[in-house]
Amino acid sequence: MHNPQSRGAERAMIVLEGVSHDFDDRPVLVEIDLALCERRIGIVGANGSGKSTFARLLNGLVLPRTGRVLVDGVDTRKDVKAIRRKVGFVFQNPDHQIVMPIVGEDLAFGLKARKVPKAEIAGRIDAALACYNLGHLRERPVHLLSGGEKQLVALSAVLVTDPEIVVFDEPTTLLDLRNRNRVAAAIDALPHPALVVSHDLDLIAGFERVLMIEDGRVAADGLPSEVLPFYRERMR
Amino acid sequence: MTIGLYHPGHSPLHRLSAGTKVTGLLVASLALFLTPSVWFAFWSVPVAFAVYLSTGAPFRRLMAQLRGPAILLGLVLAFHLLFGSVADGLLAVARFATLILLASAVTLSTRISEMAELVEWGLQPLRPVGVNPEKVGLAIALAIRFVPLIAEEFRHIREAQAARGLAANPLALIVPLVIRTLKSADELADAIEARGYER
Repeated sequence: MHNPQSRGAERAMIVLEGVSHDFDDRPVLVEIDLALCERRIGIVGANGSGKSTFARLLNGLVLPRTGRVLVDGVDTRKDVKAIRRKVGFVFQNPDHQIVMPIVGEDLAFGLKARKVPKAEIAGRIDAALACYNLGHLRERPVHLLSGGEKQLVALSAVLVTDPEIVVFDEPTTLLDLRNRNRVAAAIDALPHPALVVSHDLDLIAGFERVLMIEDGRVAADGLPSEVLPFYRERMR
Repeated sequence: MTIGLYHPGHSPLHRLSAGTKVTGLLVASLALFLTPSVWFAFWSVPVAFAVYLSTGAPFRRLMAQLRGPAILLGLVLAFHLLFGSVADGLLAVARFATLILLASAVTLSTRISEMAELVEWGLQPLRPVGVNPEKVGLAIALAIRFVPLIAEEFRHIREAQAARGLAANPLALIVPLVIRTLKSADELADAIEARGYER
């Protein structure tokens, strides 16, 4: 397996330097040093291992107690506004991500927050929904969508803001097989670099790099063919 | 479930701006209560019903939405029969029925975002005294968004308790519902931040 500290550091989009974090004095992440530059990166780990906190560090939702996180050279602690523009975040439960009651309104939410001119908003929403053949859902109330449709709407709402990187926190956990496959295909086709936290090992089996988090530390880092068998063994 | 209020469509009412519709509703309310004519109040009911139907929402949904208000109007009429006169009761029912139909037509044909923008615009003069109109607009949208979420949580908790053989107990339903709703609100707050909304 690779040495996480040296891998791709010279062209890394995301760099973690000595990052530690705790909740109520319970360490969640401990002294993490990483340089991430691959197009597809998977994060695996048991429940409570710290992988969701790790993902939240990248968008500035969680700021490290010690150390620093750099995204494209920008420190999450110093310019969280710029970080939010660079890093889109797709949550596990789309019901906890979709803010507005109507699909089109929800896509407009992120654009309005970024002060995108009104004249531009409608066209960008149409284009984002068209990517996943969701155009017919534009005026649909969110609570009437299926789980897969909601997750794709949540993804569209992130992509419409044109982020540079997309972070997914367990995007297929709540979905049935058909919807899981739709979301997996959407992630696969994404032109953006993506970092995916998941228990769905098939989803990340084709990725370029997988990190295994255990007790707040990177316990394994390398190709899926190296890390996933190790992870399966640890989960026995 | 018919929550969500807005029904997408292309009716003449849909094409009017939120400001025009709310102003129209305000004028109609004043006219109804300031005009002493009983006939004016009675004739306004079928007119308001026609406006309500013109939204183009499915007939069954429109009728279902009127069930709750119909009970309320029944209570108003009963109150007047007991403590007032039949004429006063019918007049009150006609006025309230007209307002309910017109207000429903406005909500059925107006997106929440348009309504929130109208509220934001209306609250701009209060900005110097510390009111943040954008936050109020967002709060309105979130309140509407949360209604189906809370209903869904309520159903899950009731089913989980029924599956464990627990009889329906309001306290046993409300406590987990409040906890789960607060947790959902916390996660939604994270999402709002993650999506670039600035406090």
